[in-house]
Amino acid sequence: MNNILEIQKIQKIYHTTNGEIEAISDCSFSVNSGEFISIVGPSGCGKSTLLSILAGLEKPSNGKIHLLEGCSIGYMLQTDSLFPWLTIWDNALLGLKIQKKDTKENKDYVKQLLITYGLKDFVDKYPKELSGGMKQRVALIRTLALKPDILLLDEPFSALDYQSRLAVSDDVFQILKKEGKTAIMVTHDLAEAVSMSDRVIVFSKRPCHLKQIYHIELSNKQNPIENRKAREFATYYDLIWKDLDINV
Amino acid sequence: MSNEQKKFLRKQRTEKVLVLFIQISIIVGFLFLWEFLSFKKIINPFIFSSPTRIWNTIYTLYLSGDLFLHIFTTFYEIILAFFLGISIGFFVAVLLYEIPILAKIIDPFLTMLNSLPKVALGPIIIIWVGANTKSIIVMALLINLIVSIINIYNGFLGTDHNKLILMKSFGASRFQILFHLIIPSSKNSIVSSLKLNISMTLIGVIMGEFLVSKKGIGYLIIYGTQVFNLNIVMSGIIILVIMSFLIYECVSLIEKRMNHQQK
Repeated sequence: MNNILEIQKIQKIYHTTNGEIEAISDCSFSVNSGEFISIVGPSGCGKSTLLSILAGLEKPSNGKIHLLEGCSIGYMLQTDSLFPWLTIWDNALLGLKIQKKDTKENKDYVKQLLITYGLKDFVDKYPKELSGGMKQRVALIRTLALKPDILLLDEPFSALDYQSRLAVSDDVFQILKKEGKTAIMVTHDLAEAVSMSDRVIVFSKRPCHLKQIYHIELSNKQNPIENRKAREFATYYDLIWKDLDINV
Repeated sequence: MSNEQKKFLRKQRTEKVLVLFIQISIIVGFLFLWEFLSFKKIINPFIFSSPTRIWNTIYTLYLSGDLFLHIFTTFYEIILAFFLGISIGFFVAVLLYEIPILAKIIDPFLTMLNSLPKVALGPIIIIWVGANTKSIIVMALLINLIVSIINIYNGFLGTDHNKLILMKSFGASRFQILFHLIIPSSKNSIVSSLKLNISMTLIGVIMGEFLVSKKGIGYLIIYGTQVFNLNIVMSGIIILVIMSFLIYECVSLIEKRMNHQQK
């Protein structure tokens, strides 16, 4: 396996009126192609900041990011952020339009994605006519439309209720695997992290640095819902919980 | 349809009819009472006028050909000030949004202008702009512009933060963000600013006509006061009530149409 992404000694400092805040102190890891990585950590530890940096929305104060040549990054947010005044079809094409890549070939690809993932009958509908899970799927297709090699997922399911959350995370996982994408997901849900990932990266409290990396090896690894039943699941959950060192 | 549903619909319809009936009764009753009191000289008809006197005055105005001259003059001024207010307001709001430092700089000035009773500027406007229609439009713009700017600008500011991040993650330019996201997502506040704008424009135009004019409804009212002919004053007010009601309803209709489309 080759490294598609390498993160080297990233540091991020925010400047405010009241002084400097070091959000990320020293963070390095590499990502293999096709891997699913989760990042967990105490809230406010700067994991979302890291994703923003990887997505190119913010610049790191120090450090380097090496992306394998010819590879691109897609970003998926917490909320589906579909535009209510656009149809599902126009929403799915939004990224392509902005980047002026709305060629016939790319449009056909989006159409194919919509058909494959059960949204064929909804292309002319508006977002409010869809369920939360379906909207999340459209948001994913909107990101996939740009054919990114790596997907950054920033707590992608936190806006959903628990049941939909399980179903949608399973759904998204299957789609990503099927399309052969590499994924980096930030979450605060440990069960979600363990059940979906190949590796779980634990961040410390702020200023955040890498605390621990777990290779998740489950006997009989399948889809996220089934993985929750694996014997080792609880062990990993406990280990990560202890790492987070949360005192209430 | 179930019986309960039928009953419910019937009840709804009855209520609607009842409300309309009472509204009409109030108007008719009011007119009758006014006419009666005036006829019996319980109130002074010279000061309070009466519905028949007003009707006769309007009819005379119509025969002399002045009625529609006044109405169209005021109407023209309203429409002009309204569209100018909306366009300039929109343009300035975009400018303020795109150049945040500019917004910061002029914020206290906007607040000052907004809290200042613009009528106080009337005399200066007449001297600077001249005793003509231009002064009326400037007066109306002074009153409707600030409200439009603040309203539309606040709509822009209310754009969903996540959608902004989404657009940035696509590498969208400021121009693309403005036209694909900011403006369409502010449609509601733009439309609601139309309603506010029209009320302000009405105030501004009549104010302006009070200050300087040779025709228009505002002129009619001021002229009537000066020659102490309360019939003309009342006629002006009645015409204005009907006119502003109709214009306001038109804008409401546009608002409903646009909100409906957004569904």
